[in-house]
Amino acid sequence: MTQVKMTVNGKSVSGDVEGRTLLADFLREGLRLTGTHIGCDTSQCGACVVHVNGEAVKSCTALALDLDGAEVVTIEGMANPDGSLSVIQQAFQDHHGLQCGFCTPGMVMSAAALLKDNPKPSEHEVRDYLEGNICRCTGYHNIVKAIMAASGQDVTQIAAE
Amino acid sequence: MPKDHGIGASSKRREDVRFLTGRGRYTDDINLYGQAYVHFLRSDVAHGTLNGIDTSEAEGMPGVIRIFTGKDFEGVGGLPCGWQVTDKHGNPMQEPGHPILAQGKVRHVGDPIAAVVAETAAQARSAAEAIAVDIHELPAVIDMRKALEPGAPKVHDDLDSNLCYDWGFVEENKGAVDEAFSKAAHVTTLELVNNRLAPNAMEPRVAVGDYAAGTDDSTLYTTSQNPHVIRLLMGAFVLGIPEHKLRVVAPDVGGGFGSKIFHYAEEAFCTFAAKQLKRPVKWTCSRSEAFISDAHGRDHVTKIELALDADNNFMAIRTDTCANMGAYLSTFAPSVPTWLHGTLMAGNYKTPLIYVNVKAVFTNTVPVDAYRGAGRPEATFQLERLIDKAARELGVDPVELRRQNFITEFPYATPVAVEYDTGDYHATMDKLLIMIDRDGFDARAAKSKEAGKLRGLGINCYIEACGIAPSALVGQLGARAGLYESATVRVNATGGIVVMTGSHSHGQGHETSFAQVVADMIGIPEAQIEIVHGDTANTPMGMGTYGSRSIAVGGSAMVRATEKIISKAKKIAAHLMEASDSDIELKDGQFTVAGTDKSVAWGDVTLAAYVPHNYPLTELEPGLEETAFYDPNNFTYPAGAYACEVEVDPETGKVKICSFAAADDFGNVINPMIVSGQVHGGLAQGIGQALLENVSYDADGQLLSASYMDYAMPRADDLPFYQVDHSCVTPCTHNPLGVKGCGEAGAIGSPPAVVNAVIDALHRGGMTHVGHIDMPLTSARVWTAMQG
Repeated sequence: MTQVKMTVNGKSVSGDVEGRTLLADFLREGLRLTGTHIGCDTSQCGACVVHVNGEAVKSCTALALDLDGAEVVTIEGMANPDGSLSVIQQAFQDHHGLQCGFCTPGMVMSAAALLKDNPKPSEHEVRDYLEGNICRCTGYHNIVKAIMAASGQDVTQIAAE
Repeated sequence: MPKDHGIGASSKRREDVRFLTGRGRYTDDINLYGQAYVHFLRSDVAHGTLNGIDTSEAEGMPGVIRIFTGKDFEGVGGLPCGWQVTDKHGNPMQEPGHPILAQGKVRHVGDPIAAVVAETAAQARSAAEAIAVDIHELPAVIDMRKALEPGAPKVHDDLDSNLCYDWGFVEENKGAVDEAFSKAAHVTTLELVNNRLAPNAMEPRVAVGDYAAGTDDSTLYTTSQNPHVIRLLMGAFVLGIPEHKLRVVAPDVGGGFGSKIFHYAEEAFCTFAAKQLKRPVKWTCSRSEAFISDAHGRDHVTKIELALDADNNFMAIRTDTCANMGAYLSTFAPSVPTWLHGTLMAGNYKTPLIYVNVKAVFTNTVPVDAYRGAGRPEATFQLERLIDKAARELGVDPVELRRQNFITEFPYATPVAVEYDTGDYHATMDKLLIMIDRDGFDARAAKSKEAGKLRGLGINCYIEACGIAPSALVGQLGARAGLYESATVRVNATGGIVVMTGSHSHGQGHETSFAQVVADMIGIPEAQIEIVHGDTANTPMGMGTYGSRSIAVGGSAMVRATEKIISKAKKIAAHLMEASDSDIELKDGQFTVAGTDKSVAWGDVTLAAYVPHNYPLTELEPGLEETAFYDPNNFTYPAGAYACEVEVDPETGKVKICSFAAADDFGNVINPMIVSGQVHGGLAQGIGQALLENVSYDADGQLLSASYMDYAMPRADDLPFYQVDHSCVTPCTHNPLGVKGCGEAGAIGSPPAVVNAVIDALHRGGMTHVGHIDMPLTSARVWTAMQG
């Protein structure tokens, strides 16, 4: 066991981890931040996406030990400071961009990373970016629409949600 | 003006806030004090005799608490099957045992052999790797038709053969059907495969067993669509725990699509082991493990024939299907290719004579059971592909051939045992043709051609039987359970309401839509109503969510209970206003006396019910809480028309979905936003089946598609924006809300549209030799078909 320290959602945290402990497991089991979900074991589904030093990372592919000193943001850190939903979160609710909610944390984290680099993505760019996030419930229609709406684009011409 | 609350409003989902902020409570988020972890050692061969299991090394490994094998379960029941099918000779199906851990033999890759319980999940996994299993590998049967050949290796040595049942439906009609074929002016024949799928809810299954030694109470937290069903099956048939000593909780569940209906061995194991070890035991399935332990779906091989008269009227349909059961009978597996499939073979058409034969077969593969649509996608795919092929052979418009044969008068009793109460198939077809601008297709095809692509249009109809079902009927058909639903409506003293429902929400948004219904009935804000589900300790016995039944059956139970509440509340209001209860009206949360200006508010009445100082105590009990159990008297029959436009690249065979449109008649709609979302998700799964997804085994029974690296899940860039419409409404005639259910339609109606579109594209490109391509229509399959 080795101690690892990081900043998670703005708070300094530390914990003892094994060499094999994944960031996803450290967040879920070590810090009880269970909003980050694990939907596969081949780094395909994206339910575990978090931000590490500002970049979207699949937390099931990162070893906690490698991230000593890192700044991590998880879904629990995405709401506005007053606790209200952020623009992206609100767009997901407004446009019914989630159903069972299991892929949702990863979708929101990926969407935030996309919009940071590309503030007005086209439909094609959104779909292309979400290649690493699998949803089984929504058929993606309302996720793509929500992300485009969150970027300030007019989505009223896209078929009803 | 769209409604902003109540029935018909697109109310935003209240559950979203917790899911969007990482505060959902899924089963894997539950950790109990003193919890141990289990890892299952699973067979890596498809078929073999278990000669021995050496756990000695593993037992000495760090953190290991105990290792269980099949021997530990010799006095414990196996997993029960919930539906008995009777074969065409009147005999019961062959029903093999299904042990919790393998006993004597392993029968599919993934069959659990041993279970290691340790202090941590990693320790359990490491120790499992140190178990030495001596398996004598036997020849495996994977192909269903080979499994039926004489001399084929038997999956179950104690059964006569690998045939579970040979079902004929309706057997008495067979002679008349054959005679119609002999007189037909034209017969169209199609052989096809309905590909095996992995349901792949994004949340893998999880089970946490807990035991309170002081009270002898067991609790199971599990990823289930129907916690009461799990409690009954596991308690009564596996572990011998009466319901009052067993609680099953299914908290937030991350999708189901059928795969979380069934009672699985891991649930029974965790409950059993927690009691043995006197500490909680948790199992979290990995995705790789899910591919070899969650029940799969579909997997039919079918020959279907259509007889037409000289005027192109449908005379008769005859089908011959092999349906894969896998190695064991999963909970509802036998019902899927029979009563959920054969009864839908009439589709939207007045075909007077139908005969369906289904042979269900055991193979050395993962068990197969209901997956979104369950039997109805298989029926729809066969029928709608067949009609398209017939239209092509006859040189007639496929839409007109369908229209000519539509059922137009209701109620309509099909020759396959169901009675459609209502519908308007021309209306949804008319709507669809407007949505897709069919007249503009030729111009779009010409544009595609300029770009070197072949454009095709596929159109089809579907009908499904939902809202399962009348208990008395399904009992006659072999169900070993009732299929009613329940609700308790508890009104609190200050007017808020808690509805406890036997339905379960795992993405469907019941917490929002069910509240809309009660809010509408009483006239109070939706925010005053809380929907509770998923815990046998605080919900009435209910059968759960599957078969698009929640609003039609569970919603009806809730309406009935709310009606009882309103009836009692009116009596209290009458007392408070010194009026006759027959004169009391309830509107917008106010009780009034007809023809007067007297009124009392909802909250005054609820307070009086619990603080009965001024109350008719001699006539009426205090309190305001009612329960209703609703057993429908028929299925519901959602129906619609779907269209897909594709472009096929003639160089590579790659198919691109250009557009997809769905015109559905779901009866009355509670929340249009949620209904559209349900259709979207179903369409993605149907398009996934048609183009991408396939569970693939090699000849030895090794699963080749065992991860997301190999099983092609539909992703955002595989799919378009969909056009969906549910404005064509023929309300269900036999439930109080007039609702039909919408959860499965998309997955049922979409595969034939995609395949019809690709075949259309190839024919327009001159490749008229292509009669059919089996799903999934990968580039390789389409390209190969194009070569002739």
